[in-house]
Amino acid sequence: MREIQTPQSAQVPVEDPPLIIAGRSFQNRFFLGTGKFKNKSDLTESIIASGSQLVTVALRRIDLERHPENILEHIPKDVILMVNTSGARNASEAVRIARLARESGCGSWIKIEVINDTKYLLPDNYETIKATEILAKEDFVVLPYMYPDLYVARELVKAGAATVMPLGSLIGSNQGLKAKEFIKILIEEIDLPIVVDAGLGSPSQAAEAMEMGADAVLANTAVATARHPALLAKSFSLAVVAGRLAYLSKMSSQKDFAEASSPLTGFLFDPTIPSNAGRESGELHHDHPS
Amino acid sequence: MRIILNGQEKECADAVSLKNIIEQFCKDSRCVVAEVNGTVVKSPQWAQKILSAGDTVELVNFVGGG
Repeated sequence: MREIQTPQSAQVPVEDPPLIIAGRSFQNRFFLGTGKFKNKSDLTESIIASGSQLVTVALRRIDLERHPENILEHIPKDVILMVNTSGARNASEAVRIARLARESGCGSWIKIEVINDTKYLLPDNYETIKATEILAKEDFVVLPYMYPDLYVARELVKAGAATVMPLGSLIGSNQGLKAKEFIKILIEEIDLPIVVDAGLGSPSQAAEAMEMGADAVLANTAVATARHPALLAKSFSLAVVAGRLAYLSKMSSQKDFAEASSPLTGFLFDPTIPSNAGRESGELHHDHPS
Repeated sequence: MRIILNGQEKECADAVSLKNIIEQFCKDSRCVVAEVNGTVVKSPQWAQKILSAGDTVELVNFVGGG
């Protein structure tokens, strides 16, 4: 198989300090979830291909019949493990999972995920605030997954969250940035890193999140369910870099009308004189600037 | 005696230790977290933790998750 090469181009000087969360420095702004991978080698290859410095895992009852293998053996040792509280239906269950996770010796990074709805899997923002407050006081590094609501985000800041993680769209839906306008408000108003989590189905959607100023993105389903997960993991990672550079470039905004990209002076033809003669005779005309 | 292990009733020897139970059910105990009656028991204490009839034991470990 041929190694995929990214285009070689000159370095452009850019001032972009690394993302800092709870004192940890992240050169790579793409975080990867570890669920749904068909096999463990896909998982390991995807983490390595993406260069992700942070991955999420979940905590579950051991299956007494199957003697399950230890997923941690398939995650590179230099990657930060963040345990999610999936399965928690309220704050107290999330707190219990977080405490169990810390006892395992895997650190104190916790993604609060409190879900009480089985159809849309929407996070319960209010229980999430409660869990964040309790765990932050216990010195956990708390990254709450939330529905993008400014008032809730402000409460999460007060509760001691390390970041705010708004959903892009429904978990596992690949719908992209359905909540874009509300995430933008959080980016504007909240002084914590904003990590867009859930629903990102393609690298272009991750790039879009980064272009508008998100500090990082987290994806899982899209990568894990691709036919070639490591390839998509790499692609997400590159898209996140592309989006970040675009954000730093301070792009101009969208316009409602066309704006010529070529000069509007020095035409071979005088644009003030309408000419139909050539058209009638079948000559090629360039009436419109491109 | 009977204990409740991960939500299932299990028959086990009297005065069995938590360590014995974990070794019986977990191939790799390095990343197992154990809770007895809602309280976490750290791995250095597993051998000393003797179970009683009716105890509720939860054994959890890490799986893939987003």
